[in-house]
Amino acid sequence: MSKTVTDDGFVVFDRVQKSYDGETLVVKDLNLSIGKGEFLTMLGPSGSGKTTCLMMLAGFETATHGDILLDGKPINNISPHKRGIGMVFQNYALFPHMTIAENLAFPLEVRKMSKSDREAKVARALDMVQMGSFGGRRPAQLSGGQQQRVALSRALVFEPDLVLMDEPLGALDKQLREHMQFEIKHIADNLGITVVYVTHDQTEALTMSDRVAVFEDGRIQQLAPPDQLYEEPQNSFVAQFIGENNTLQGVVKEINKGIALVQLDDGSLIDAKPVNVSKPGERTQVSIRPERVEFDMSRLNEGAHTLKAEVLEFIYMGDIFRTRLRVAGNDNFIVKTRNAPDQVRLQPGQTVEIGWQAEDCRALDA
Amino acid sequence: MSDVNDATTAKTAPTPDDGLKIADGPVLAADGTPLKKSLSRALRVQKLRALALVAPLLIFVLVTFIAPIADMLFRSVENEIVSETLPRTTDLLADWDAESGTPPGAPVFKALFKDIFEAQEAKLHTRLGSRLNYELTGVSSLFRKSGRKVEDMAEVYQDQFEKLDRFWKKGENWNTLMGSDAWNADMAGWDPKSDDKQPKFELRDGIDVFLPATSESFANYAKFTQVEDEDNLAKKDPWALVYSSLYDDLQRAEPVTFAGLKVAGAAELSEAASAVADFETVNFAEAFTKIDKDWQDVEVWRTIQAYSPRYTNGYFLNAIDMQKGADGPEMRPENQQIYLTLFWRTMVMSIVITVSCILLGYPVAWLLANLPARTANLLMILVLLPFWTSLLVRTSAWKVMLQHQGVVNETLVWLGIVATDDRLALINNQTGTIIAMTHILLPFMILPLYSVMATVPQTYLRAAKSLGATNWTAFWRVYFPQSVPGIGAGSILVFILSIGYYITPEIVGGTSGTFISNRIAYHISSSLNWGLGAALGAILLAAVLLLYYAYDKIVGIDNVKLGG
Repeated sequence: MSKTVTDDGFVVFDRVQKSYDGETLVVKDLNLSIGKGEFLTMLGPSGSGKTTCLMMLAGFETATHGDILLDGKPINNISPHKRGIGMVFQNYALFPHMTIAENLAFPLEVRKMSKSDREAKVARALDMVQMGSFGGRRPAQLSGGQQQRVALSRALVFEPDLVLMDEPLGALDKQLREHMQFEIKHIADNLGITVVYVTHDQTEALTMSDRVAVFEDGRIQQLAPPDQLYEEPQNSFVAQFIGENNTLQGVVKEINKGIALVQLDDGSLIDAKPVNVSKPGERTQVSIRPERVEFDMSRLNEGAHTLKAEVLEFIYMGDIFRTRLRVAGNDNFIVKTRNAPDQVRLQPGQTVEIGWQAEDCRALDA
Repeated sequence: MSDVNDATTAKTAPTPDDGLKIADGPVLAADGTPLKKSLSRALRVQKLRALALVAPLLIFVLVTFIAPIADMLFRSVENEIVSETLPRTTDLLADWDAESGTPPGAPVFKALFKDIFEAQEAKLHTRLGSRLNYELTGVSSLFRKSGRKVEDMAEVYQDQFEKLDRFWKKGENWNTLMGSDAWNADMAGWDPKSDDKQPKFELRDGIDVFLPATSESFANYAKFTQVEDEDNLAKKDPWALVYSSLYDDLQRAEPVTFAGLKVAGAAELSEAASAVADFETVNFAEAFTKIDKDWQDVEVWRTIQAYSPRYTNGYFLNAIDMQKGADGPEMRPENQQIYLTLFWRTMVMSIVITVSCILLGYPVAWLLANLPARTANLLMILVLLPFWTSLLVRTSAWKVMLQHQGVVNETLVWLGIVATDDRLALINNQTGTIIAMTHILLPFMILPLYSVMATVPQTYLRAAKSLGATNWTAFWRVYFPQSVPGIGAGSILVFILSIGYYITPEIVGGTSGTFISNRIAYHISSSLNWGLGAALGAILLAAVLLLYYAYDKIVGIDNVKLGG
């Protein structure tokens, strides 16, 4: 996981724009450089332009403006079948009239590979996804997870350097999806291929990727490794989109030694790390992760500001407790605590004092 | 399993023996009845309800579709007209050997005389003539001629009887002699002007012992007069045939035997019986030959004999250009063969039309399935437009387009592609039929193709291309195989429709572009040879079913999709 990304620009989007109707831009000024061997995920809500980017890379859509480079060469005018990019589709797109082995042999056949080579490669590719004994079956005779594996091995069988995956796990149930996430990740790591993965599932993005590009409104909002993305969101959208987040509205009072003093709308003061604010008087939205909220005031820094909170709901979730609080007028302030032996179980109606480390609370754009 | 059985047997079967039996037998419901039985009872109401829902349509189809078709198909083997019109002749002909090369003997001609006489009274002989004319040209006029002159033959006897005694001239004398006393009394009491029905004729008891042939002829005459003609029997004179039969009876019978007959006319009978020996006789064979020498033609007799049975394969033989020869079925002479050619032409042209429809329809269906919805809908309207126009109008439009001075030829001449005295023959031939029918049947190809293609996602093509396939390979290896069910459905539809098509070939086909169905229509409505029409139709139906079966075996009928 902690692989260093060599940003040598194996795939480069250079000022790429895309419009379908000539009136609105679906992709606005996309600049992205993907390193060789990197697992990059395009994450975003539907309509954010992530799939369009993938399709432009695959060659099924043409960029309205800008260049897409693969290994240093512009590929805008190269037809899809010459790009040599493997692709896994959302609904697998296994050819229903061919057997599994025939499906896998197809890319080798169109590359005029000899029959014996073909058979060897197909067998190896099927073994890689533990589907070796299913070669004679038809796609309709396989379960969703099995089809998914076949689709994956078909995209890999002709040994492409770059594999695109368009929400490949979207049709699977939760358990299978989680299992397949690791499997795909391991295969990609073992083969050393570059993967561009499109999903709207943030868990998937976080667990699999080297870097995640968060898309919204045709732009990349943040491009960062998963931990950075989660812990240091650059703006409110990313903070909201990735993981669970508590937000409070307020105005910056002062910024001092890297700590912003924010006055919330009900007048109470809190400390936050200034991210998107630069001077006092700016409106801001502060964001704090539910698991970074402290009940134990002794663990806070000297002179840290705290807030009064009323417990509205206590939910027992097994490994964690989830407590809903009313904080500074926000009824949906969530706090997550680990189910440890010494953990307090709060009762609804109770009033508690909460606080946090200033660096855990990020003052973002309003 | 055994637990369940134990539980049921404990409740219902008192003895261990029963329990054993049941353990081997069918699964039982809680009350001990076999599970299958109680299940079917439970489902019966549902089934009845479902049946009630489809019943109106089922009955409608049965009455208006299945039954007429079955009736028409039955006509292709039905042949009762010969044995019903010529019952005596066909009976006797059964023993005649056509191989002998000589026409049958006198008894057959006599039977023929009786049969034709009765037939011409009922005007049935011309129908029989038409029927047999299908098998042997000229029979129709032979029967018509004979029917006209057969009366003359019998009158030879009638004249002699009437000359012998005035008694025989009068119809009422005959009625008294032949009819029962009760019937004669009823007739006397019947007022012809009233609405009462004429008393039904009854033969005198025992008269058929004395005069068997006369009784039969007279009974036929009486029945025919009363029932068919609805005439007053008292006012009519018997057929000449009756006199001829009387002559036969008297010549055979001993004169003394009439002594036992206690009825008015017994004396005249006896008198006539002694006189008949001197009567001038009629040689029926000669008489018929005099009417038409074709009656000496063995071929005529062979045909009558061959078509005597109530059921015949003659129509079917005819429908495949064969006939009943002396040594069983044989091919018709070259110049009379027509149906095999027509069947073959129908098949070949239907295949050509189907292939044309595939070639023209496939790209359109592809466009329909892949264009944005709004454009596709517009195109769909264009495809469906012909459906909203009368078939006749469309076909006639093709006539305008394709004729010698038509739009197509004029345009080609104007463009200088063809010389003005070298115009293309586009109509009244096979080309015309193929062009017009391809146009007319095209929607039947496009619609199933479209509905199948609409279910094939574009992703497959993209997947194929991403795997390295060129546009053509992606289409041919990935898209096309998935559209085959649509081609199958469209082809079956177009082929079966075109194989039975009638109106378009009739209008634009000329002589070389007509189908077998045009011939069927001709036999149904013009030549009135319904049997042959039915036989041709039955063969066509069988061919379609056979092709359907072959298609099922080769492609599989599950592969036919009209949508979804």
